[in-house]
Amino acid sequence: MALTKKQSLEAYRLMNLIRRFEEKCAELYAAGDIGGFLHLYIGQEAIAAAARYALRDDDNIITAYRDHGIALARGLPTDQVMAEMFGKATGTSKGKGGSMHLADIDKRFWGGWAIVGSHLPLAAGLALADQYRDEDRVTLALMGDGATNIGYFHEALNMAAVWKLPVVWLVENNQYGMGTAVTRASAVADIAKKAEAYGMPCCMQVDGMDLLETYEMIKEAAAYARSGQGSFFLEVNTYRYRGHSMGDPERYRQAHEVEAQKATDPIVRWAEHLKEQKIATAKKLAELEQEAEDEVEAAIEFARNSPFPAPEELYDDIYA
Amino acid sequence: MTSTPDVAQASAQSGETVTKTFREAITDALWEEMERDESIFIMGEEVGVWGGTYAVTRGFHDHFGEKRVRDTPIAEQAIVGAAVGAAMNGLRPIAEIMTINFAFLALDALVNLAAKARYMFGGQFKVPMVVRTTTGGGRQLGATHSHSPEHIFAHFPGLLVVVPSTPADAKGLLKAAIRNDNPVLFVEHSTLYQTRGEVPVDDYVLPLGKADIKREGTDVTLVSCAKMVQVSLEAAKELEKEGISAEVVDLRSLRPLDTDLVMESFRKTNRCVVVEESHALYGIGAEVAARIQEQAFDWMDAPVQRVATEDVPLPYSRDLEQSALPDAQKVVNAVKQII
Repeated sequence: MALTKKQSLEAYRLMNLIRRFEEKCAELYAAGDIGGFLHLYIGQEAIAAAARYALRDDDNIITAYRDHGIALARGLPTDQVMAEMFGKATGTSKGKGGSMHLADIDKRFWGGWAIVGSHLPLAAGLALADQYRDEDRVTLALMGDGATNIGYFHEALNMAAVWKLPVVWLVENNQYGMGTAVTRASAVADIAKKAEAYGMPCCMQVDGMDLLETYEMIKEAAAYARSGQGSFFLEVNTYRYRGHSMGDPERYRQAHEVEAQKATDPIVRWAEHLKEQKIATAKKLAELEQEAEDEVEAAIEFARNSPFPAPEELYDDIYA
Repeated sequence: MTSTPDVAQASAQSGETVTKTFREAITDALWEEMERDESIFIMGEEVGVWGGTYAVTRGFHDHFGEKRVRDTPIAEQAIVGAAVGAAMNGLRPIAEIMTINFAFLALDALVNLAAKARYMFGGQFKVPMVVRTTTGGGRQLGATHSHSPEHIFAHFPGLLVVVPSTPADAKGLLKAAIRNDNPVLFVEHSTLYQTRGEVPVDDYVLPLGKADIKREGTDVTLVSCAKMVQVSLEAAKELEKEGISAEVVDLRSLRPLDTDLVMESFRKTNRCVVVEESHALYGIGAEVAARIQEQAFDWMDAPVQRVATEDVPLPYSRDLEQSALPDAQKVVNAVKQII
């Protein structure tokens, strides 16, 4: 089933929201308003948007440290996400997590986790709890290509396969684990082959710059996982335009490679699709872009005007 | 300042007891809690069909079934990580790491997942889980299988670390750990499983984070936990023959660390020997000694002594290994140095 007209327009707004959000974060980082590490999602927006519409709202989502895009897609309030960037008490994690550690338990968004691959057994555990209670949720576990080389990945996939856990494992293959190209770090260039070894159905070469294709694949994978047959693995090709994080000298790739990739830009492609299909006019798209921009500006305002955590909050929430 | 969870809970007692081994006490606690709460399940290597490599969960698989007693692959990161995920999502997992030596493989999952899931997201998540594991040297298992590193895990805020020494404590503390809403590392000394003691027959729940006086005395305080409580009690008997009265304080948990009872005892005896099964460097003794000089400096009549495992990897050969471990004679010698 394709996206409805309403969803199609929302998705355009959402992808723009993510891109504006990330562009502003880069500026705010340079200005010193955002600290720590900052990993931007620019170029990968279609995957988050696809996940937004391919899953049920009560399904679980968990991801790694490049988490702003999927957090916004999941519906975490833009204000609170930006406030978390600023380390404010109004942030999604009360200022204790930062860019890499967004979460919202009410939205079943179980976090950005910053140790590569560490959230993959968490995904298995989330799915195990649902399976245990006979609840038909699925868990979407997003990861980068680099995570598929770490032990956590193999232990988690094996366990999930043995127990037929309802997980959709989705590799956002943006071609580099930090600065090391997939082909230099992974024994197999087709990452999905690793998951095939665990006996789960796999789909490789999903075009992550194509919103509809990615949406349809996640939908199919989720349906499989929900049916009780176990995990499904997706390798989705994408590309990040910015460095791994803000401190990336980008010695591992040429500027023209990045420029060439921008020809496949997911937002531009979706805009063309919407116009071709007569779902939206250029004017309507411009309005949605403006809305996204305004939402980000309002979020920055909210974050700036929010208080930092009180000193006494230092010792709060270590234990339940 | 260290972070201390609110862990006070205890149950009413009839006073009736029965003799049980340490192993049986743990088995009973697990069984009773599983019967009480459907959201509790066990996962680990050989916990099911095998019945546990230390036979703690024998019969569980048949009684509770495959869903609640889950044999896992040999994959410590996934065992602990999946337990954290399941706990975040509403279950109460009891994960077993066959021995604490293998918990190093899950160090990241314990430290960066279990211990951080709550704080790092502003208190949104609860992680009600127990990781049971065995510890201790002295069984000729060689250097990799003979560690006693439970204090390392106690270093990290977000975790609780429980180290029982008697069957009754094992039952009461394990039940408390299972009912606690935080991740608890529950450490069972493998040479204690056959030891016997009186165990309350009731639904026996002890508060976490309360030390216990295992023997009263007036001349010196011996601070220890787990197997080293036995060693300390043996030493106390020897010392008694020489007219030295030793008080034995069993910490029972390393986090929270109940220094109140240690100080109470120390202010009476003015002397202290800490007996620990790991290496002394950055260990339990180091922490207790620091606390004593911070909190009871004016009561100190002598430097705090430490009896620990020699600063070597443990060897295989029996007598050589035993020579590296703390024993009653070493404790007696340490006491005599400060009396």
